[in-house]
Amino acid sequence: MSELAPFVLFFIAALLAAVTHGTLRQLILLATPVITGLHLWLNIEAGLLVTHPIMSYELTVMRTDKLSILFAYLFCIASFIAAIFSLHVKDTKQHVAGLMYAGSALGAVFSGDLITLFIFWELLAISSVFLIWARGTERALKAGMRYLVFQVLSGVLLLAGALVYFHDTGSLAFNHIGLGSTAGWLIFIAFGIKSAFPFLHSWLTDGYPEATVTGTVFLSAFTTKVAVYALARGFAGEEILVYIGVTMACFPIFYAVIENDLRKVLAYSLINQVGFMVTGIGIGTALALNGAVAHAFSDVIFKGLLFMSMGAVLYRVGNINGSDLGGLYKSMPKTTVLCIVGALSISAFPLFSGFVSKSMVMTALMHEDYSYLWLLMLFASAGVFHHAGIKIPYFAFFAHDSGIRTQEAPTNMLIAMTIAAVLCIFIGTQPQYLYALLPWEVDYWPYDTTHVLAQLQLLFFSALAFVWLNKKGLYPPELRSTNLDVEWFYRKLLPAGAQRGVTFLYNTKESAVAMVIAPAQRARVMFSKSPVAKYHLSESWPTGSMVFWISIILVTYLLLDIFG
Amino acid sequence: MPDQKQKDYLFDNPKNVSRLLNGFYVICVLLVIADFIVHRHIGFGWEEIPAFYAIYGFAACVVLVVIAKKMRNIVMRKENYYDE
Repeated sequence: MSELAPFVLFFIAALLAAVTHGTLRQLILLATPVITGLHLWLNIEAGLLVTHPIMSYELTVMRTDKLSILFAYLFCIASFIAAIFSLHVKDTKQHVAGLMYAGSALGAVFSGDLITLFIFWELLAISSVFLIWARGTERALKAGMRYLVFQVLSGVLLLAGALVYFHDTGSLAFNHIGLGSTAGWLIFIAFGIKSAFPFLHSWLTDGYPEATVTGTVFLSAFTTKVAVYALARGFAGEEILVYIGVTMACFPIFYAVIENDLRKVLAYSLINQVGFMVTGIGIGTALALNGAVAHAFSDVIFKGLLFMSMGAVLYRVGNINGSDLGGLYKSMPKTTVLCIVGALSISAFPLFSGFVSKSMVMTALMHEDYSYLWLLMLFASAGVFHHAGIKIPYFAFFAHDSGIRTQEAPTNMLIAMTIAAVLCIFIGTQPQYLYALLPWEVDYWPYDTTHVLAQLQLLFFSALAFVWLNKKGLYPPELRSTNLDVEWFYRKLLPAGAQRGVTFLYNTKESAVAMVIAPAQRARVMFSKSPVAKYHLSESWPTGSMVFWISIILVTYLLLDIFG
Repeated sequence: MPDQKQKDYLFDNPKNVSRLLNGFYVICVLLVIADFIVHRHIGFGWEEIPAFYAIYGFAACVVLVVIAKKMRNIVMRKENYYDE
C-alpha cells in the first residue's frame, strides 16, 4: 500500500467525478481528500522512494520526507475545505478540474526528479485554468489565456533547466539546486513565475479575481504553495530570495489599498504573504525555513477562508467591488464573523494562526541581523492588517450601508468557512501540533510577553491610523477603476506596439510598391507614345496566341528531331 | 411599507459605534502604558524607543495610505481600460 502515490487517488476521483453526478459525486468529492489523508497518515512515512521505469529512464514518482508530507497534509485539508465550499456547484468540469488540480499539487510535492516535477507542474497549469474559464465571461476567457501563457512558460523554463541540469551533473534528482549554474537560474525563474516574484506576478492578480466563486478558493491554495515548496527544496538559503521576498511583501500592499475588486485585494495580499515565505527560504536557517513552511500552512487556510467569505458575497450579491458593497453584516452576519476570523489570522493577531507562523520568519530575520529588512517586513505586517485585516471586512460588511439586503451564505459554504476558521484558531492557540510537523528541528515558542505586546501595539495602532484617516476623510475612497500594473506591458504596450508595427510595415510596403510601380507605369506610357509602339510585334498579344505559337515551334522541333 | 418594520441593526445606532471606538481607544492607551511596565526583550537598538511598535504601526499605515493615494495619480485608469 505504501507504494501508492497519493495523487493517484485524486486522479481516479477526477475520472469518477466526470461520469457521476448528484449525491454520488458529492460523496466522491468529500471522500477523496479524507481517504488520501488517511493513506498519508497510515501508509506514508518519511524516506520512501518509489520509482517507475519509463522507456530507458526511471521516474521517481514518490520520494517522501517531512517537508513533502507536511505539504501533502496541507493540500488534503485545503481540497477538503474547498470541496465542501463548492458542493452546490453542478458544473462537471469545475469538479474534475479541482480534483485534477489538487492531485497535481500532491504529485508535485512528492516528485523525486525534475522530469516528474515538470509533468505535474504543467498539469497544475492546465487543470487550474479551467477554474478561471468556467466563469464563462469573455474577461475570464482572456484572463485565463494570459494565465495559461505564464504557467506554460514556467513549465518550459523548468524543462529547459532540467535538461541543462542533466547535461551538467548527469542527474535529474530534485534536491538542492542552487544558483551556481545556468540550469539553476532557469529552474529558479520557472519557480519564480509560479511563486509570483515581482514583475512575474501579474498572472495571479489578473487571473484569480476572474475565476469562479469556488475556483478562486482552489487557486489560492495550490499553485503558489507548490512553488514555495519547490523553492524551499531547491534554493534554500539563496540570499537573493530574501530581497525578492521583502519586495513581494511590500509592493502589493500599496495596490491593495487602492484596489476596488475585493478578490483582487486578496490576490495582492496573497503575494504579500508569499513574500514572507520566500524571505524565510532565503534566510535558510532552520527557524526561517520552518517559519516559511509553517506560514504556507496557515496561509492556505486563512487565505482560503478570506477568499471563501468574499466568494460567498459574490455568490449572493453578484458583485465584489468595494465601491458597491457595505452594510452586509445585516444580512450575512455569520459570513461577517467568519471573515473577521480570517482577517485576524492573516494580520497575525495573537491566538490566530498567522501569528504563530509569521513571527518565526520575523524572529529569524532578527537573528540574522537583517535590521533594515526587518523594518520593511514590520511595515509589510502593519500593511497586511490595514488592507486585508480591516479593509476587506470593513468595506464589504460595514462602511456605509449600500442598501443591499441578501441572504446568508448557503449552508455548505458556511460549514467550509467554519472549518477553516476553527483551524485558524486551533493553530493559533495550539501551535505545538503544527510545529511537530515541521521538517527541521527547532525549539521555538511564539507566546512570550515581548512578542504579544509588540504585535498588539503594532496592530492596534495600525487600526488607530485607519480610524483616524477615515475620520479625517483622508482615507482613499473605493473607486471603480483599473490600476496599472506589470500587465500593462503586455496588455497595452505590446498590442499598441504591434499595432504600430503592423501599420508601419503596411505603409512601408505601400510606398515601396508605389516607388516601383510608378516609374514602370511612366515607362509604359512613354513607350506607347513612342513610334516603336506602332510596329506589329510591339502590340499587346493575348496569352493564348503566344502559347499557340510556342507549341507550333515545339512541334516543329519535334518533327525536325524525328525526321532530320 | 416594509421600511417601517425594518430592523434596527447593531451599528445603525451611533451610540454603539462610539462605544466600540471608545473601547478601542482605551485598549490603545493601555497598550502604551503596558510598554512602560512590561520589560520587552530587545533585538535591535530602535526597539528601545518607548512604544516603538505603536509609533511604527501608526506611522507605517499613514505613510502607506498617503503613498497609495499619490499612486492613484499615476496608475489609476477607467474601469474598462483594458477592454477598449
